[in-house]
Amino acid sequence: MATGEVTKGRSGSLLDSARASSWQTRIALVVTAFLLVLLLVQAVRDPAQFFSQLVIGVTNGAIIALVALGYTLVYGIIELINFAHGDNFMIGSFVGLTVLSGTFAGIGLFSPITGDAGTLLKVVGVLLALAVAMAVCGCLNVAIERVAYKPLRNAPRLAVLITAIGMSFILQNLGLIWKGPAQVPFPELVSSANILPTDAIIFRWKDLFVLGMTVPLLLGLSYFIRNTRQGKAMRAVAQDKEAASMVGINVNQTISITFLLGGILAGASGVMFGLFNGITVFNVGFFQGLYAFTAAVLGGIGNLTGAVVGGFLIGIIGAMTDQYIGVEWTSIMIFSVLVLVLVFRPRGLLGDRSAVQGGGS
Amino acid sequence: MTLLRKYALPVALIGAALLFPLWNSFLEGAFDVNLMYPVIVVTVYIMLALGLNIVVGFAGLLDLGFVAFYALGAYVVGWLASGHFQQVSVAFGTTATSITGEEVPGIHLSFWIVLVLAGAFAALCGVIIGAPTLRLRGDYLAIVTLGFGEIIPRFFQNGDDLGGFNLTNGTIGIKAIDSPGFPFLPDALSAWQRFGTLELYPWFYTILVMVLATIYVNVRLQNSRLGRAWISVREDETAAAAMGINPVTTKLWAYALGATFGGFAGAFYGAFIKNIFPTSFSFNVSIFILLMVVLGGMGNIYGVILGAIVIQGTNFYLLPQIKTWVNSIGQAVGNQTLATVDIPKYSFFIFGIMLVLMMLFRPEGIIPNRQRAEELHDENPGSGDAMGGPVRA
Repeated sequence: MATGEVTKGRSGSLLDSARASSWQTRIALVVTAFLLVLLLVQAVRDPAQFFSQLVIGVTNGAIIALVALGYTLVYGIIELINFAHGDNFMIGSFVGLTVLSGTFAGIGLFSPITGDAGTLLKVVGVLLALAVAMAVCGCLNVAIERVAYKPLRNAPRLAVLITAIGMSFILQNLGLIWKGPAQVPFPELVSSANILPTDAIIFRWKDLFVLGMTVPLLLGLSYFIRNTRQGKAMRAVAQDKEAASMVGINVNQTISITFLLGGILAGASGVMFGLFNGITVFNVGFFQGLYAFTAAVLGGIGNLTGAVVGGFLIGIIGAMTDQYIGVEWTSIMIFSVLVLVLVFRPRGLLGDRSAVQGGGS
Repeated sequence: MTLLRKYALPVALIGAALLFPLWNSFLEGAFDVNLMYPVIVVTVYIMLALGLNIVVGFAGLLDLGFVAFYALGAYVVGWLASGHFQQVSVAFGTTATSITGEEVPGIHLSFWIVLVLAGAFAALCGVIIGAPTLRLRGDYLAIVTLGFGEIIPRFFQNGDDLGGFNLTNGTIGIKAIDSPGFPFLPDALSAWQRFGTLELYPWFYTILVMVLATIYVNVRLQNSRLGRAWISVREDETAAAAMGINPVTTKLWAYALGATFGGFAGAFYGAFIKNIFPTSFSFNVSIFILLMVVLGGMGNIYGVILGAIVIQGTNFYLLPQIKTWVNSIGQAVGNQTLATVDIPKYSFFIFGIMLVLMMLFRPEGIIPNRQRAEELHDENPGSGDAMGGPVRA
């Protein structure tokens, strides 16, 4: 942190700081409360619409949370904003699409899996697309780290950030060359039919699918970081690189594994985004990346739980803005959240880096 | 003698620039190419790059949304010197006249007043966006400016119905912006009375004077108290603060000054192309300008100018030329992909690679600033708070 003012309230929970809050925090709380009341009024007026929108928000939030984890993991370990991460997500959705089309580089491996296919084929197709996208994005992320970030590990931060921006443009244009400038449609493999018997509240199979895929991924990641040797090494490197290498941890390998994990999550998220929204486009990574970064900052960058919480919150804020303010204002709204969080609570809701570093206080 | 050595190169370059219309007409006679229009555009970008150089080169902050100030400058001209606000009719020192002699609808202020207002407005916006984020670490500024640079054009795109008020005219943009000019001049200087689209040299001299002023400010800042404060803050913020420099104010000055020049350039560009659209201020433009600064050499004025010329030249001449070559090769060997590939469409692929390669192999740029070069090659940089610090403190 740059100034003492920011570091002052580093430790302590949300409640503590609310009690000992400055006028800034109080203003923020009042504004948030006011917006919540407005939302509540809408919820009472038309509960069905509100809850349907909430479901969409939560589902989008799950997709955002997976990308946000990639930002937060990398930031926690080498303090780099990996601008290329959003575009990695886009590559993930493209890889998934290619797997489902069954044709790669002009070689037809199997006939395309479309919405008319049988249930078993659909399940196999979706799982295959997810697996391949996760593998490709994981390896891609590791390769980017090796080629572009590793040689600059002791260089000034400005140089690494500029490299990350350059990588982001390279990936985005690879997507442009690969699939062209227009939006590309995804086959409808997961049904948009409503699960619930009533028509009032809409909870589709799609929503269930995204949530059902996200939860095991989150649990798996949490298990990996908490309980495995490699996870322990990650936490150690995040805390102190030099000391970690002194006790025999391979720092370079650990950083690579961090990028691998981030890439895997981005790949899964990309495929789910495509299946959920039915389309993808070469520059989808820019705004999804910005949303995910906002989520990571909102939760507290470097904090894994924070990224997930932030992801869901951003998803919900986005869905509510879509519904009650207007779709064209969503990106402006989410960006305002980013700026407001940075102004009022730069360490995020749950405090930064605490999860990776093993406790913030 | 030292005086001669110090000033020979700049004076020669300025002289060559001042005489450009002369050798342009010579080139036109000899090779049948008129470089006036592209040179004016390049000069606008030189001005933008010099503005960004204050932020990236001097203060060492990464600004990824510089296009926002450029857009703000252009829209200020759109608002204050066109028929956009038809509800009112204000005119002052303008070149806009109506044939019927009635009052022209819209706000029509003299371009020279609007130019100053555009710079001031951009600076104000720079302070508003910079003040909260500059307290934080430098990489947060990068992402906030990235968002800001994307949101401003989007706001201009959506701003045609703000509670029923048409502020920005949406995707259609603002049309028919007034030309600059000095209406009070005698008729003998008619080209200067109202800058036309046929005689481009008044435009050229205007932007040249603006760029020279920018260069003067850049040079004077470099060795000023503020310039030295920037160096110390970018190298080690904590140490600078301990020596009594306020890092936030120092960085805010850099950000506001950079924004001002962005606003000036935008105002000129808006008046020059006459019609502005939100889509012409995309995120790509920010990266385009950043690449000029990085390629030429962060913190070196000659370098930045060279970078702007090289990148613009690549974009407008080299890439279309390569496309023609590749397409004819493709036709010769009968390869359909090569014969139709549109290279300029993928320009940012090439620019992205250039950014990465520059950072990996020559982060100080083509013409380096000596001090900056040493910082960028320092194996053991200072504190991790400033952007000059390492990735992991």
